[in-house]
Amino acid sequence: MKARWHEWTLTEARQAMADKRCTSVELVTHHLERISGAGAALNAFITVTGESALQAAELADQRISSGDARPLEGLPIAHKDIFCTENVRTTCGSRMLESFEPPYSATVVRKLEAAGAIVLGKTNMDEFAMGSSNETSFFGSVRNPWDLECSPGGSSGGSAAAVAARLVPAATGTDTGGSIRQPAALCGLTGMKPTYGRVSRYGMIAFASSLDQAGTLTRSAADAALLLEAMAGVDPQDSTSVDEPVGAYVDGLGADLQGCRIGLVREFMVDDNDDENTAAVLSALDVLRAQGAEIVDVSLKNIGLSVPTYYVVAPAECSSNLSRFDGIRFGHRASDPKDLADLYTRSRAEGFGDEVKRRIMTGTYVLSAGYYDAYYLKAQQVRRLISADFAAAFESVDILVGPTAPTPAFRLGEKTDDPITMYLNDIYTIGANLAGLPALSMPCGYARNLPVGLQLIAPAFGEARMLNVAHQFQQATDWHTHTPEAFA
Amino acid sequence: MSITKTDIDKLAQLARLEFDATEHDDFVQKLGAIVDFVDQLQAADTNGVTPMAHPLDLVQPLRADVADAAIDRSALQSTSEDVADGLYVVPKVIE
Repeated sequence: MKARWHEWTLTEARQAMADKRCTSVELVTHHLERISGAGAALNAFITVTGESALQAAELADQRISSGDARPLEGLPIAHKDIFCTENVRTTCGSRMLESFEPPYSATVVRKLEAAGAIVLGKTNMDEFAMGSSNETSFFGSVRNPWDLECSPGGSSGGSAAAVAARLVPAATGTDTGGSIRQPAALCGLTGMKPTYGRVSRYGMIAFASSLDQAGTLTRSAADAALLLEAMAGVDPQDSTSVDEPVGAYVDGLGADLQGCRIGLVREFMVDDNDDENTAAVLSALDVLRAQGAEIVDVSLKNIGLSVPTYYVVAPAECSSNLSRFDGIRFGHRASDPKDLADLYTRSRAEGFGDEVKRRIMTGTYVLSAGYYDAYYLKAQQVRRLISADFAAAFESVDILVGPTAPTPAFRLGEKTDDPITMYLNDIYTIGANLAGLPALSMPCGYARNLPVGLQLIAPAFGEARMLNVAHQFQQATDWHTHTPEAFA
Repeated sequence: MSITKTDIDKLAQLARLEFDATEHDDFVQKLGAIVDFVDQLQAADTNGVTPMAHPLDLVQPLRADVADAAIDRSALQSTSEDVADGLYVVPKVIE
């Protein structure tokens, strides 16, 4: 019988290796075959690191047999191609970094490697993480395993498609405005963005430094907890990482939901949302209620301004961060420059795609003389209002809920001509980034046979309770276990 | 339209980008739409609100001023297309 090892979650695969039902080499080989086989149609990977993965798997098997296994020993994962990997090409989905081989690895990469995880490759993404459909990637669009004509969401679309199609049991992602949670929703996964500062950003190519945070795309909340324990923690190389003890996320999953107060965000439940999407979210609330949670109505009155606020703050920070790409120290360099300005300008004009250029231009505009107060300062003030609304809400509830996205997956090409329509995909996810809060999306049903995501948002450093609520929901439902038919 | 061709030229110069004629029109139109969209912020009452630049009220952490392990210079410069004698090569700046 053909091995069905891709059906295992990380937690299950770990147990299987401990029970000697399979080896890391077998597990890695099986997933590599899926990546190059059925998975190839998805375009989920930019780089596959099969050879180094198999070498690492052999060492993992030795550790397991000698009783020396680390927490993630021998488990295959993939990294979004935004994380620097020493001497392994790291493109950030851009022509600018098409052949960039970093001389060091991101802290997330090092920590997961130190915990024993094995990297099968680097996943496709929107260019510099700027996009909600994975269509801005220089390396081409990724397809959604639930419907190949649909987008997997973005920007962590390659990671989401790879995990949903069971090419790898888990992958890393980054979330600046919803880039983990929205693709998780559109691909039927559990996607977690931790609190800002919970996970180091060192070696994670910067887009908007006050919003970016690394997280996970997994099949279950239990797997997210397992990975977060290995990824989280203060890092002397990231001055914005926070020295807060890392929780026992796995051990905390079992608590029941009696007395848990969950706030449904009124502003997220509007008529503009897809009806079937809304129905799936409402039925998830019934499940949580039956488990003992109390669902209460909550209002975040300034949340409606989160998208415009984000599209000032994020481009402003991006225009500054991306000024480092000058064609000189790394990245694409234009040939035969006539002078230094020409080298800068043509290297950037040739290296960046349209969406990245639009964001750099928007950021340059809102920061430029005469507009700074009207846009950038104003957006920072509204950001304070949005953050204060969350703080007030968490005085009376433990967790906030709502839909992750207004609709299920949309068709490739459907929104590419209209940036604003694309931006509005992240209408319910951006708030957590502006306020720096942990948030998670998990599957809660279907709309037109496509997965629907339920979003949880927790107070800062409330990952343990958030994962606990998600895990309890997943004990009572089986949406998270469903596999797209073509990849079963 | 809130963004003009002149604005695009000025911003492109500031951002060290350039556009050909067809791209130029597309950027005027789409950047204009983005600016119109974010303009709805103007309606918010932010009187007396302290701007929030960052989600954490952080104090810059300091460490002892002791040399740390660093990445080797030649490894760092291996990512550049043009390096000579440990220096980055750029077009002539001073006439």
